Amino acid sequence: MFRNQYDTDVTTWSPAGRLFQVEYAMEAVKQGSAAIGLRSKTHVVLACVNKANSELSSHQKKIFKADDHIGVAIAGLTADGRVLSRYMRSECINYSYTYESPLPVGRLVVQLADKAQVCTQRSWKRPYGVGLLVAGLDESGAHLYYNCPSGNYFEYQSFAIGSRSQAAKTYLERKFANFMSSSREDLLKDALFALRETLQGEKLTSSACTVAVVGVGEAFHILDNQTVQTLIDSLEIAEEGPVNEEGPAADQGPPADLDPPADLGHPPAEPAVAPMDI
Amino acid sequence: MNLVDSTQVNSTLLSSETASSERTLYPYVTGTSVIGIKYKDGILMAADMGASYGSTLRYKSVERLKPVGKHSLLGASGEISDFQEILRYLDELILYDNMWDDGNSLGPKEVHNYLTRVMYNRRNKFNPLWNSLILGGIKNGQKYLGMVSMIGVHFEDNHVATGFGNHLARPILRDEWNENLSFEDGVKLLEKCMRVLLYRDRSAVNKIQIAKITEEGFTTYPPYALKTFWNFSAFENPTVGAEGSW
Repeated sequence: MFRNQYDTDVTTWSPAGRLFQVEYAMEAVKQGSAAIGLRSKTHVVLACVNKANSELSSHQKKIFKADDHIGVAIAGLTADGRVLSRYMRSECINYSYTYESPLPVGRLVVQLADKAQVCTQRSWKRPYGVGLLVAGLDESGAHLYYNCPSGNYFEYQSFAIGSRSQAAKTYLERKFANFMSSSREDLLKDALFALRETLQGEKLTSSACTVAVVGVGEAFHILDNQTVQTLIDSLEIAEEGPVNEEGPAADQGPPADLDPPADLGHPPAEPAVAPMDI
Repeated sequence: MNLVDSTQVNSTLLSSETASSERTLYPYVTGTSVIGIKYKDGILMAADMGASYGSTLRYKSVERLKPVGKHSLLGASGEISDFQEILRYLDELILYDNMWDDGNSLGPKEVHNYLTRVMYNRRNKFNPLWNSLILGGIKNGQKYLGMVSMIGVHFEDNHVATGFGNHLARPILRDEWNENLSFEDGVKLLEKCMRVLLYRDRSAVNKIQIAKITEEGFTTYPPYALKTFWNFSAFENPTVGAEGSW
């Protein structure tokens, strides 16, 4: 996209009827690290690539729980994502308090979209630079939505956003027809497969990704490292690829509940793996 | 302007031109008991059509059972003007719910909780809506029946009543209610309770309205009178034991 005289502020139309600032905001989403969502009739899975900047730092948080039945994965400006997650949590809890009932996902998504739209029509604001994959469950079933900085939102069977998401989308396009009737395990496996596509040959390890699930009878939660690693291992066994890591039990000490301490010595040939898992 | 009374002058100087709104102190036009029960297909409610002005049975065609949205039925006793206000709040609530146009709709549980918040909030401001509300409904096969009082006390049960109904109707319901009441049995049970209330509650009026809510929707039945029996021997010759009295 080239610079032009119509892209200085968000309230200027181009002669072709485009709002360049909004389009630039959507570019920011494409630069963020990949986030993938898939849903079946009863479950929704979110998976993100979560690489830390350096070995010394912790990971950027990319998946947020908004309520027991709704979670969101973000790609783009994570600070904007955090603020929007806080808004989502606030809306969910206010609705729950007034109506003793979970906020229908579709409504939350519309509220988010309207909030994003405001920023595209005020000269003193800027669009949110973050794309949101909203996963949720309500009376009408499991849902996955994508919220755009433009204020648009779409419902998806499965979707991927962020850098190198096209590779994941290609994989998902091949497989999505079966997702509606997939079991929870198959959905998780497909999510990890799709995630691996975005890594372009790099090794997929549980310390470099975050996976979360919500389903009927299962509150939204982020899977702990051990569970994710077990899933990754089972992917590789199924594929008869070279498996050079030991089972997770050998590495981890007592079974971890949430975010266990560092997997030191886990995949030995992985210099890019951050040792700290916070 | 009464210049002798200085407190009055001060209050008009200090307060705004329009009088500050006063708080609810007592109710004026009131409805009496409402009874609600769960039955096989949904919820049945009964109330009389009377509204008293103190001890006068002033209005005799007041509908105290109203539908709310697609799934709920609201019955109220207490101050009628506050009930009308609540209906306006609910109207707005349902309107905004429909405006989402997304296939979701507020069910009886949500409406009940909303009403609880409204009543409790007003109670906290010492300006209550002087009503006891019964909210019943059915959504996706799930039956719901709850009560909210004017101070925000709320609970759910298989059978609820307001006012005198709590004392006279609920004992009958505790003995005779069961899960699988048919419509006819449900109405008979409600009539039994309403008859006791008619005999014993001085603000009851003999014009009963029955309403039901099922998956198909809300139905209200034309008002009718209950048959009563007064031919007790003690009533026929009241002075038989005490000549000269009346």
